[in-house]
Amino acid sequence: MAVDYATLKKGGFMRQKQKNNFSLRLRTVGGHMSAEQLAKVAEVAEKYGEGYVHLTSRQGVEIPFIKLDQIEEVKNALAEGDVVPGVCGPRVRTVTACQGAAICQSGCIDTYALAKELDERYFGYELPHKFKFGITGCQNNCLKAEENDVGIKGGMQVAWVEDKCIQCGVCVKACRNEAITLEDGKISIDTGKCNYCGRCVKSCPVDAYDAQPGYIVSFGGTFGNHISKGETIIPFIESHEKLLKVCDAALKFFEQNGKAGERLKFTIDRTGKEAFEKAIKEAYENE
Amino acid sequence: MSEIHFDEQVDITDVVCPVTFVKAKVALEEMDEGQVLAVKMNDGEPVQNVPRSIKEEGHQILKLDTNDDGTYTLFVKKVGE
Repeated sequence: MAVDYATLKKGGFMRQKQKNNFSLRLRTVGGHMSAEQLAKVAEVAEKYGEGYVHLTSRQGVEIPFIKLDQIEEVKNALAEGDVVPGVCGPRVRTVTACQGAAICQSGCIDTYALAKELDERYFGYELPHKFKFGITGCQNNCLKAEENDVGIKGGMQVAWVEDKCIQCGVCVKACRNEAITLEDGKISIDTGKCNYCGRCVKSCPVDAYDAQPGYIVSFGGTFGNHISKGETIIPFIESHEKLLKVCDAALKFFEQNGKAGERLKFTIDRTGKEAFEKAIKEAYENE
Repeated sequence: MSEIHFDEQVDITDVVCPVTFVKAKVALEEMDEGQVLAVKMNDGEPVQNVPRSIKEEGHQILKLDTNDDGTYTLFVKKVGE
């Protein structure tokens, strides 16, 4: 019987150069794995692979040297530890994320919760080509948002609370964009310079900032054969609902306009930026 | 502007991150609750980050003064034992 490599690839089995050997990609979300999952992965790598795993560039785990005739057995063994194969090919891939606000002092948003939500909403969704989401919690950009087809970066929109402020001046220096000035006991924020990093909020000793967490979204990043940084074409998004609408719109645009084997960036270039921007802005403005 | 009274002072302009914060933290550890430490620090990374790190340790930031020589002095009241 002929081997259906396309189906295997869809199911996360990457054909190796060694005949009848596959590197099995596992489903991960936001680089998060439980100890139970890791134990099962170790057991399977020992029993069915060559006793090691490969950590991929996008927070994935692959078990190399899985044999063609043991694929079903391996899947069943992994399932016992709540581990399932990932995907390769033309569809929505692993949603990557930094540790975010749940763990990191710099985080502005709960990246892992968002990664899980996007994974449930889109993982494996069929598209003209691979499609990557990456979520980073703040401007430090540890997760490199702009490398992704859709990159999401956490931020904070800030407003000064005069009656709490002690005019200490810490936020003026904490801001790396020189957006804050303190004059005659009053703080003013240059919104044109503010990049929503939230450093003023986090450094303020008396919580004299109202902070609205939200998202800065970039589109069309790709870092493989062609290197291109995702672009931000809409303002800071405060609402979670709106973020999802915008993500939906990007996927829909790609689904309807993309050609097989063409990354979102090239679909945007080919159809003209205006068409893509129109679709995204409609989703952004639509309440 | 009224001068802030302080009990101890530490100069962290002669060290780099992360020793900047460590030096300030050690100075605070040797003080009593409620006492005020004056921390002299450089422009750039120290003044951007050290006040926040001290805040995250739970101490109370009172004021950041700009000195004539381009350095800053941060006044911190010790909170906790």
